[in-house]
This record gives sequence, structure tokens and C-alpha cells, in this order.
Amino acid sequence: MDPFEMQDNSKNSNKPKYSKFTQQELPACKPLLTPAIVISAFLLVGIIFIPVGLASLSASQEIVELIDRYDTTCVPMADKVGYIQDSKTDKSCIRTLTVPKHMKSPIQIYYQIGDFYQNHRRYVKSRSDKQLRYKNAAHFTKDCEPEGYTADGVPIVPCGLIAWSLFNDTYTISVNKKAIGVNKKDIAWQSDKNKKFGSDVYPRNFQNGNLIGGAKLNESIPLSEQEDLIVWMRTAALPTFRKLYGRIETDIMANDQLTVVIQNNYNTYSFGGSKALVLSTTSWIGGKNNFIGVAYLIVGGLCLFLALVFVVLYMFKPRNLGDLSFLSWNRNTLDCPN
Amino acid sequence: MRWSKLYTFNCFRGHHGDAGADGPSSDGAGAVGGPGFSRVVHCNNPGLQKPLKYPTNYITTTKYNIITFFPKAIFEQFRRVANLYFLLTAILSLTPVCPFSPVSMIAPLAFVVGLSMLKEGLEDWRRFIQDMKVNNRKIAVHKGDGEFMYRHWEELCVGDVVKVEKDQFFPADLLLLSSSYEDGICYVETMNLDGETNLKVKRSLEATLPLEEDESFKDFQAVIRCEDPNPSLYTFTGNFEYERQVFALDPGQILLRDSKLRNTSFIYGVVIFTGHDSKVMQNSTESPSKRSRIEKKMDLIIYILFTVLMLISLISSIGFAVRIKLDLPHWWYLQPQKSNKLDDPSRPALSGIFHLITALILYGYLIPISLYVSIELVKVLQAHFINQDIHMFDEETGNTAQARTSNLNEELGQVHTVLSDKTGTLTCNQMDFLKCSIAGVSYGVGSSEVEIAAAKHMASGYDDHDMPLEDIWEENNEDEIELVEGVTFSDDRLMHGNWTKEPNSSTILLFFRILALCHTAIPETNEATGSIAYEAESPDEGAFLVAAREFGFEFFKRTQSSVFVREKHTSPNGTTEREFKILNLLEFNSKRKRMTVILKDEDGQILLFCKGADSIIFDRLAKNGRVYEVDTTRHLNDYGEAGLRTLALSYRVLEEAEYSSWNAEFLRAKTSIGPDRELQLERVSDLIERELILVGATAVEDKLQKGVPQCIDRLAQAGLKIWVLTGDKMETAINIGYACSLLRQGMKQICLSIPTGDQVAQDAKKSSLTTEQAAKESLLSQIANGSQMVKLEKDPDAAFALVIDGKALAFALEDNMKHMFLNLAIECASVICCRVSPKQKALVTRLVKEGIGQTTLAIGDGANDVGMIQEADIGVGISGVEGMQAVMASDFSISQFRFLERLLVVHGHWCYKRIAQMICYFFYKNIAFGLTIFYFEAFAGFSGQSVYDDWFMLLFNVVLTSLPVISLGVFEQDVSSEICLQFPALYQQGPKNLFFDWYRILGWMGNGLYSSLAIFFLNLCIFYDQAIRAGGQTADMAAVGTTMFTCIIWAVNMQIALTMSHFTWIQHLFVWGSITTWYVFILAYGMTLRSGDNYQILLEVLGPAPIYWAATLLVTAACNIPYLIHISYQRSCNPLDHHVIQEIKYLKKDVEDQTMWKRERSKARQKTKIGFTARVDAKIKQIKGKLHKKGPSLTIHTVS
Repeated sequence: MDPFEMQDNSKNSNKPKYSKFTQQELPACKPLLTPAIVISAFLLVGIIFIPVGLASLSASQEIVELIDRYDTTCVPMADKVGYIQDSKTDKSCIRTLTVPKHMKSPIQIYYQIGDFYQNHRRYVKSRSDKQLRYKNAAHFTKDCEPEGYTADGVPIVPCGLIAWSLFNDTYTISVNKKAIGVNKKDIAWQSDKNKKFGSDVYPRNFQNGNLIGGAKLNESIPLSEQEDLIVWMRTAALPTFRKLYGRIETDIMANDQLTVVIQNNYNTYSFGGSKALVLSTTSWIGGKNNFIGVAYLIVGGLCLFLALVFVVLYMFKPRNLGDLSFLSWNRNTLDCPN
Repeated sequence: MRWSKLYTFNCFRGHHGDAGADGPSSDGAGAVGGPGFSRVVHCNNPGLQKPLKYPTNYITTTKYNIITFFPKAIFEQFRRVANLYFLLTAILSLTPVCPFSPVSMIAPLAFVVGLSMLKEGLEDWRRFIQDMKVNNRKIAVHKGDGEFMYRHWEELCVGDVVKVEKDQFFPADLLLLSSSYEDGICYVETMNLDGETNLKVKRSLEATLPLEEDESFKDFQAVIRCEDPNPSLYTFTGNFEYERQVFALDPGQILLRDSKLRNTSFIYGVVIFTGHDSKVMQNSTESPSKRSRIEKKMDLIIYILFTVLMLISLISSIGFAVRIKLDLPHWWYLQPQKSNKLDDPSRPALSGIFHLITALILYGYLIPISLYVSIELVKVLQAHFINQDIHMFDEETGNTAQARTSNLNEELGQVHTVLSDKTGTLTCNQMDFLKCSIAGVSYGVGSSEVEIAAAKHMASGYDDHDMPLEDIWEENNEDEIELVEGVTFSDDRLMHGNWTKEPNSSTILLFFRILALCHTAIPETNEATGSIAYEAESPDEGAFLVAAREFGFEFFKRTQSSVFVREKHTSPNGTTEREFKILNLLEFNSKRKRMTVILKDEDGQILLFCKGADSIIFDRLAKNGRVYEVDTTRHLNDYGEAGLRTLALSYRVLEEAEYSSWNAEFLRAKTSIGPDRELQLERVSDLIERELILVGATAVEDKLQKGVPQCIDRLAQAGLKIWVLTGDKMETAINIGYACSLLRQGMKQICLSIPTGDQVAQDAKKSSLTTEQAAKESLLSQIANGSQMVKLEKDPDAAFALVIDGKALAFALEDNMKHMFLNLAIECASVICCRVSPKQKALVTRLVKEGIGQTTLAIGDGANDVGMIQEADIGVGISGVEGMQAVMASDFSISQFRFLERLLVVHGHWCYKRIAQMICYFFYKNIAFGLTIFYFEAFAGFSGQSVYDDWFMLLFNVVLTSLPVISLGVFEQDVSSEICLQFPALYQQGPKNLFFDWYRILGWMGNGLYSSLAIFFLNLCIFYDQAIRAGGQTADMAAVGTTMFTCIIWAVNMQIALTMSHFTWIQHLFVWGSITTWYVFILAYGMTLRSGDNYQILLEVLGPAPIYWAATLLVTAACNIPYLIHISYQRSCNPLDHHVIQEIKYLKKDVEDQTMWKRERSKARQKTKIGFTARVDAKIKQIKGKLHKKGPSLTIHTVS
């Protein structure tokens, strides 16, 4: 082979191979914010958002919601904490409510607690998912401190602060003096019942110590059936929260009298929290939630307004696309560098 | 062979010296033995030498070795404050205060640090390999008994006698003992030291001349006492004790490491300085680690974010302490009575302090750890694109551009001043004989590039700048015909013997003889082809000789006393060989600016041929020798304007008697001993170089590298300032200034130089100052005058050029004067520094860098440029023919100067914008995300609980948002590369820092703050307490967290989609892929039981809830509307250049209206006073001016 040719080859072997990628010449779409696009983008957002807003607002408006805060009335004025902590007194309390509008079934029953920090790190961490799920995992209580073992050193099932502080007020409801059933089935997520709480795990040593936090559990029912516990174990994001208590599966007419017998057991008085009973119908949007509808209307309205502003802007201060007079060298010919 | 008449001008060097460099000056041998002069070298006597323990010749330039690599590299890594912070958090994550799992803190850190260390290690490895190559070079060393053996360089010791053969590098600093020439001369190429390609002559002491063969070193013993190692290249002081006599040594006997033996078959030398003691190594400075301006600013922003982080952590921990103290005792559900020290109500302060640590870790998302990894990755990819750019591939050398350190990519887009070396960078150091003027007639039809372009431009009929330059260039290249190398001359009147038919053929004959005889070159016959190559001290001489050969006067042999020329057309018999006896040879030097040979031709006539600078020659003309003066002067001006180097040629016929009396005096001067020998010689030479007769003038083009003027032109249009720093003489530098359009006719030149020694001495006597002070005074007044001149100039088109000489520069760089000097230099359109030492190059670079406070770029090719390459913000090395030192020290290497344009204007512009946008977006994204964690804290009793799952947080930076931002950093293009080149003005967006100023950074941060508020509070209100589904279930923490996180993913990805202006399939894939990945992840994660409350969250909880999707849409829109408003408004009312150009391209206006497009392209350049375009403009103005004057007379002619 000719030595020169060889040399040439070696030189050219360094030569970068041409490809659109390495030469940064890949075909590309270069969207441009032309006035038409800007205006139609804002218009489009407005046109989509306003109907959505209206729909959700109307869905929210249909919902009938009944809130009864009972923590202040179901307790004697003096020594609330002493009263609630005395396990011997009968703490039943009768509340009468009038239904303002027809409530279609199913009617959701919630308890609402205020100023309860279910999202406190110490609280959130204090649980053992393993123990809840597996029969033989009772000793996995490492994360459950300070509620992992009984005073005798036996593991508690379910362990941890969350389970220990289980809500234990109960509601018995009658409509026009006629007792109606509260369905407490299916208030928890199905997957929680199926996968996260074992059907062969039974409560053990629960609430056996001197310090009793909240509700006791029936030791003969597996955890997967203890729906109140499952609901409670889903810690709330905010200090004020609602949790599903049960459902009424009959309609309640307007002006019906609701009588609720409340067993006022749960201590929110120590930390000054509130408790309320909530009865609410639901729609596709969930509960009564005007905010999202209003927010949609505001954003949609704003976008329509902006579309208008830009139309006006382009009308009064038109700039042709690619207007050369806006180029820097055409703009400030006076100030030159150096 | 004995060249006694070739005395070296290197002896001048000692005085010329490098005034700026420190180190001992050559103040005689008296200092030897004193402090700083303690070195003792026992030549050829290892027994005595060993105990002195001088270092070996082993060199190492690596930063680490195997043992120190880990500790040192890790230490380097944790000098970055952010890394230290992450290290701290990683350590703390092992304690219970950490809100996350330890892996999520340690893994990213290990990744970041590991990647950076790997990079460091690889770079150091490359240096190691390079060192090993040098250390393992072989050299013949005297082993004893007159035998020489080859050994590795690294084994060489002080005192060893070595034999260096032709074209070998000197392995250490040597004392020259003898050479293959009888008079102990050798030729040295010092390219690697000072960048000069011409050969320098070194000469041994008379005493050591007999040591001319291997055998003679059997019993050789001597002692050298000399100065200690120092970096001064041009000084040396020492004594040589040999045969009971003491001889003084000067730099003329010292051969420096890294220079090369040329034209000499071998030399013997004694090693004086080895390895790191050698002068060239002493000159090398440790390569500094450079960081780009953007990165420095980024650090500042990170400090600000640290402050914010501290602040919110403090708020959080105070809040925590207060709640612990006041509320925790009441929160029975937390069993406060069993609390540990992390939340102990009785010791809230302690718990608060612990919580501070928790908070610092928790809100650490404000400081994006992945920013460093991402930037590193993006820069590596950008560097890859630079390396792969086919437009920066040089076919001739087969080299691509190399981004050697990738962390300066974006700095390329912000360059303000370019400092360039000359030889090898701007020029090829190859001369072309282009034109000549003989007997008042100008020959040579070839035109210089400037003339051609100006002519084309005029002919094209465009009045303004309508014709874009590249068209001129393109047309230009067509009619380029390569002739014999070194001669682009073509004129039929002279070629092929036609000159004999010219009217002044006798003068022409003389002219050619001067070309062929008046020089110091040595012919080298290539035995295979019979062709002759010339080894000349300066490339001009080479060009003359080649030209003379083309004209039929071939110089082919030089002996001790004669020069032989083969003449083709002078006698009717065809080719004849003529011998000319050289009687005397008066060397060229920068002071004399002329060179003379006195010779006797075959007829016994004594002739003096003299060539030199026109002003010098014209002063020495005889009355009858001025016949052609007027015409020649006119031609010289034309040539000068065309950027050619000119010399005037003259001769004189001497009478036998006149010559012999002069020669006697000359010999006396030559043999005189003492410091005034040089002065004597000069005086005597001056006596004979008089009464000359002008023959003509030559014009040589110092061949610029391909595309240099165009590149300089475009860079100037892009608003860059260009300084040339060269080791060359002032005249050469000015010529090059003309050739590459940094200077032009009509530019006002301000030349700063120190007056000659005599003048200064006189001045000093007058004003009773020391010589140095007098020199300073004079320089100060020169600078003041220059500034005054610039200030008083009214004409806005006037351009100034500053030319400063190395000696003057040494004073100008002193503290009290440098700001004045810099201010003057800034006012000038171009600055040329000549005769600068490598150290001065670095000092000038530092002055510019620190004085102007803008990014500087230094470009050079030789080892002499290493200092400035390292000193500048960006160092660019030319990977050409010369050594690798410049490239090794550089941050980027390109193989041709012209590629600098693409490197800066295309890659620099893109990289700057990409990195700037990327960093801004990073801060936005992390603020938007990190602050939501903080807000949630306030709602969770400041307990340190995060609303998001640990895995979400870990993946947020690493997977879910990293690829889109990396694709932004790698692929974003505001305009295509062609447009970058067509509109150089776009480059100014970088130096003006439009994309990373505080306005923009704070804007993005504000956007992040707004987004965090929108994301958090909108979701909070939506999910406050109500059921989220028709089934009545309420949202728990996992549902709220996941929804919020979905909103964040959408918001930040939509944001980046709005930021991008260039979507290839990659961006599409990454942006939309990130969003998809999130859903895929949450689905998959929901399948595993590890997910806790997020189990099946998308399928069962959120997916079927319309409110989840509604919230995502609402929040995403709400987050992005302000930015959309901003960019829409900006584009419609205040568009930037690239916006308008994008629109033109989008509407295809450039195709429809090509005139407009061309017009805009030529307007899109910074008003510049230098560069080719400015020069063409000036030329056109000049021609138009002439036309106007001629106009009326022309009409008269036609009428009559």
C-alpha cells in the first residue's frame, strides 16, 4: 500500500463521522409564540376552564351537608378533661338536627376532628406495616415506639401511636325517632383491606396498659375487617380532617328530624381540638367543594381577559412578525461599542 | 568549516533581556559563589557531584500520584461548599434526626463526587503518560573512558557529559562544550521557549573547542560555579574552571532544555540544570483550575439559597421548639411523657437544635445536588459536540477541535478580549515573495487579499454593505493558484529569463544577485531529488532565495569563504556556476535593521550589497543612488498598505584601497576585548554602509494561516477585542497587523517604546535620574500623550492602534503605570505587543483580565504561550505542527485559528445560553419543589414530616426532572449555527450577559416561589377536608402528597417546554417521557407493598377521582400562566434579536426577500474599526475620495 495513502487514511480516521445528531442538525420543530398562538392559547384555556369550573361548581352546589360540632355541648363546662378521662361516667349525648334539604342516599357520615396533628412526624412514623399484614410479624415493633410493647414486654398488635389513639366516639342515628342503620362496611379502601391488613392477624394486647388511648378492638375479628382502624391508620395530611364513619343507605327528606346519640369518648379536650359530626351527600366531585369550581372560573376568566388584553395589545401596538426595526442593530444605532 | 565571520547576535540578548522576569541579571561573574549563585557542577565526575544531591532529570507535571490521589482528590472535591454540605447531611442521615432514609442522601453524593474524581483521575493520567514519554526519551551520555551510551532522559544527572545529535531536543540545560563545527557553533531552534522559528547561534568557549570527539572526554574534568535555578530564559551567570583557568560564562553558551539542535550534526555538552531545575520547567506555572463566570455566579446563588435554607430551617426549628414547649404536653396521642431528647418538652432548646439539623436536611432540596451532576454531564456532552464538529476538523493535520476541560464551555460565549500569539497562530511563519520594485518599476501581478476584496467590492456596485462578506471570500478563493512554495510571484516580464529584455536589465541583474548573495542561509541538498532547501535564520531570507532560484539564480553551495550561485540567463552558454568570495558579513540585528555582505566577484570587483528597512537604506544613499527613490517609495507605500513586509535593496562598488583600509579597522574592532566590542563593530560597520545606490525593494507576504483575516474580521464584528502578543520584532508585528487587518493605513498608531540606551543615558544625565527612572518618565509621557490624542480626537471614524515593545511593556506593567496603560489600550481599536517574553504574555493577560473584568481568551501554539493560556479565563491551544505544550496547557485546542470563530460564535453562544437557562431552570424547579416541603411543615407542627414519599423526593431530581433539563442543556438552539455565523452581533448576548443577569435569575426564583405557593395552597384548599370521590372517601396524607407531586411534575415539565425553543425528538421524548415516567412509576410503586399508604394509590384512590385530574390541570395552568404572559409580552413588545430572527426564519422571509436578508446580515455586526471589513470600507472611502477629486478632470478630458 502506498505510504501516503496510509497516512491519509490515518488522518481521515480522526474525521468525525457526519451525522445529524453529532452536528446538532436534527430536524426540530420550533414552535413560535406568534400573536395568534398566544391569543388562541389563552382563549383555549379559558374555553376549557370555564365549563369545567361551572360543572364542578354546580356539582358542589347540589351537595347537602350537615355539620354538627358537638365537642363543646356534650361535655360539662367545668373540667372537660377530667370528665372525658373518667372511664366510669356515661358519656352519651343526644343531638337533634333538622335536615334542610332532601338528602339522597348514600349519605356519608364523617367525624371531623380539629387541631389533631395526625401528620406529626412522631405520630406518622409510629406504626408497623409488617405487623399489620403478616401473622408472624408481631415482634416487628421497632418503629412503633413508644407504643411497641406492653409493660410486660409482649408486643402489641396493632402497635404504635396511630392505632393506640384510635377514635372511639360512636353515633347512633334515628330519623323522626325511627332508628336507621349505619352501614360501616366498605368505608376503607379495598386494597387496604385485601393487602395491607392481614385477614389472619388478630389484635393482641391492644389497649391493655394503664394508659388507654382510644378505642379497643374486638380480638376475635381480624384486622382486615376492622375498617374503623383501617380508616384511622390512613393519617390525614392536615390537622383538621374528616374520616368516614359509615353510610346511611336511605334517603332523608327535607325537614326530617335527625336524632344522634353520641358516645362522647374521644379526648380532644386536652389539646383544645374540636369534634364534629358531618352528614353529607356526594357527587362525582366528592364532597361539597366550591373552591375548585371557583378557582377554575377565576383562572379561565383570567385567561379570557388575557386573550382580550393581547388582542388589544396587538391592535394598538402591532408588531409584524420578524419586524426588522426591533433588531438591536437597527434600534440603537447611536450607541456603538468602543 | 569555520564561520568566524558569522558572529552571533545572541550576545545582545543578555542586555536585551527579559526585564519583566525576575531572577538575577547578568551583572558579571563577581556574584558567583554569593547568595543565589551557589550551584557547583563537577563535570564528568559523578563521585564529587553525587553528594551535592541536585534533583534528577525526572519530571512530573501530574497533580496526584497513586497514594495521594484519593486523599487529595477527595479534599479537592470537598472544597466545594455545596459538596461539604451534602457530605454533612449524608453523615447526619445515619442518625435518627434525618427525615429520610440514609441511602437517599448518600447515593447521590457518592455519585457526584465519584464522577468528578473519575474525571480528575483521567485528566491526570493523561498528564502522566505525557510525562513518561518525555522521561523515556533517549540520549547519549558519557559513561567513562570516552564511551557514550544511550540512556533515558530521566536518568541524567548534573555534571554528565552528553552528546546531542541533529534535530534532537536538549534533555536538560547544558553548557555547550563543542560542536561538529570547528569553531564550536551550533544552531538552536527555540520554538518551544519563545515561539520564534528562526535559528539561533550558540557558541562554545574557545577553551573547550578541542573536545570534539568521544575519546577526548576520557579525562575531561572541569568545575562550573553558577547561578541557582531561576526562570529567566535570557540570562545566565557562571564561571567555568578548566585546566586551572577560570572562564566567564554567558547565555551564549547555554543550551536550554526543550530547544532543538538544528543544522549541526552533533554537540557535546555538560548538564547544568536538570529536571525541574531547568529554565523551561522553572518557567512553567502550575496549571490553575479555572471556573467559568457563570459557575462563580452560581456559587453565589447557592450561598443565597443556603441563607434561605438556614432561615427557613431556623423558622422551622423555632416553631418546633415553641410547639414542643407549649403544645406537646397536651398532645396525649403522641405520648409526650415517653418522649426522647429529639422532642422533649422539658428541654425545648435542645430539641430545637436537633430539629435544626433535621430541617437542614429536609429542606436540602432547595440546593440542587443534582445540579452539579447535571451540569457536569451536560458539559461533557457539549464538549463531545465540540469534538465532533465536522466544521472544525482540519483535513491537513487530521485534528479535530478538542474541549480538553469541559467546564468552560459556556465561558466561550462570553469572551470580551482575545489575546493571540502571532507566529504559528495567525501566520504560518512562511514567507511568500509577492512583489518587487526594480529600478522604479513594480513587478509582480499577484495581489494581496485585501486588494482583491476591495476591488471586488467596488466592482459589485453595491453602495453600502449590501454584499455580505462571505461572498467576497468565496469568490476570492476561486482564483487561488498554488505556485512554488514560498513564491506566489508571477510576472512574465521577469520570469523565464524575460528580464533580460527589460530596459533596465543590468539593474535587474544586480537585484537578483543581491537576493541570491546577501544572506546568511545554508543550502541543504536533498540527495534523492537533487532539490535544494535553505536553512535560513529568518523565513524572509528563505523566500528571497527561493525567489532568486525561480528567477534563475540558484544559490547552491556555501563554503568557508565563498558563495556559489548557478545562474541561468546571464551568459549565452546557458547555466553557469559563479563563485563569489565573501569578504565580510555584517549581520542583521534589530537595532541596525540592515544586513550587508561585502564580496568579490569573479572579475575581482569588490561589491557591497546591503538590504534593510527602507528608512535606514534611504538615509544612506549616495547622491547618484537616488534615481529610483521616488518611484520606489511610492511602491513601498503601496506594498505596505497591502500588508506586505518590505525591504529595500542597495549596492555599492568599493575600491580596493578603500576596502582594505576599512577592513583593517574592522578586524581591529572585532578582535578587541571588552564590553564595547559591539559598539566598536557597529561604529565600523556604519562607516562602510554609506553612499549606497538604490536598486529596488522587495515585498514579501508573511503568509497568514488560512482564513485568519476572515476570522479576525468576524470576531471583530461579534464585538470582540483582539490583542496580539508576539515575541517578534516590532516591524514584523506591525506588518502582520497590516496583513490580518488589525492595522490599516490611516489608523493612528501610538507606538510605545523605551528610547535607545544612549538617549536614555543622556536624558538621565541631564535630569540626574537613573536610567531606569528616565525610561519610565519617558514612557509615562508617551502614554499620557497617547491618551490625550485619543481624547482630543473628534472624528468618530478615527481608529487608534497601540503598539508596545517588550521593554516598555515591562515598565507599563508595573503597578503605578498599568492602569494608565490599560485605559489607553482599551481606547485603541487594536493592540499589538511585540518582543514580549512568555512571562510578560501572562502578565498582560492578567492585566486585561483583572483590569477590564471581562472574560479573556488567550490563543497560542507554542510553549511560550503556555503562561498566557493558563492565565487567561480560557486558554486555547493550536494543535498544529509545533510541540504539544500549548495544547497540554489549554482548555480547548483547535488546529487552525479560523476555527476560533465557530468555537466562539456557534458553540460558545449555544453553550452559554444552554447553561444559563439550565441553571436558572434548576433553581426554579428546586425552589418550587423545596418550598412546598417547608409550607407543609407549618401545617404539621414543624415536626419534620414530609408530605411526599421518600422515593418521590429521591426520584424528583434524579429521574423525574433530570432528563428534560439535560436535554435543554445539550440540545437547545435559539438559532441555527448558520445564523450564529451570519449574525455575529448575536454573540454579544453573551458578553452582555443577557441570560444570566440578576434580573433573570431573580425572575426565575420568583417564578419558583410563585409556583410553590400555587402548587401547595391550591392543593390544600382543594383537598382540605372534603371527600374526594363519589364514594365519600377523604384524602389522606399520601393522596394529598401524590397529587401535589403530580402537579409539580406537570408544572415543571410544562415550564421547561415553554422555555425550550427547539424540539427535536429527543426533547419531546424527555419532556413528555418524564411525565409519563411519573405515572408509570406511581403505578409500579403502587404495586409493591413497600409503598405504604401509596399502595395502589393511582389505580384505586386517585385515578378514578375526577378531582385529582382537575386539580392537576388547574395547578399546572396556574403555575405556567405568569411565565407565558411574560414571554408573550416580551416577544411582542420587546423582542430580542434571536426572537426576530426566529420569526423571520419561521415565516421564511429570508427566502422571499433575499435582499433584506443580506442587508440585515451585513448590518448585524458590531461597529468595528479593525478587521477586513473596516479596512475595505476605509479603502473604498479612500478610492471614492480620489474619484471625487479626479471626477472634474476626467470630464474635462472627455470633453476635449
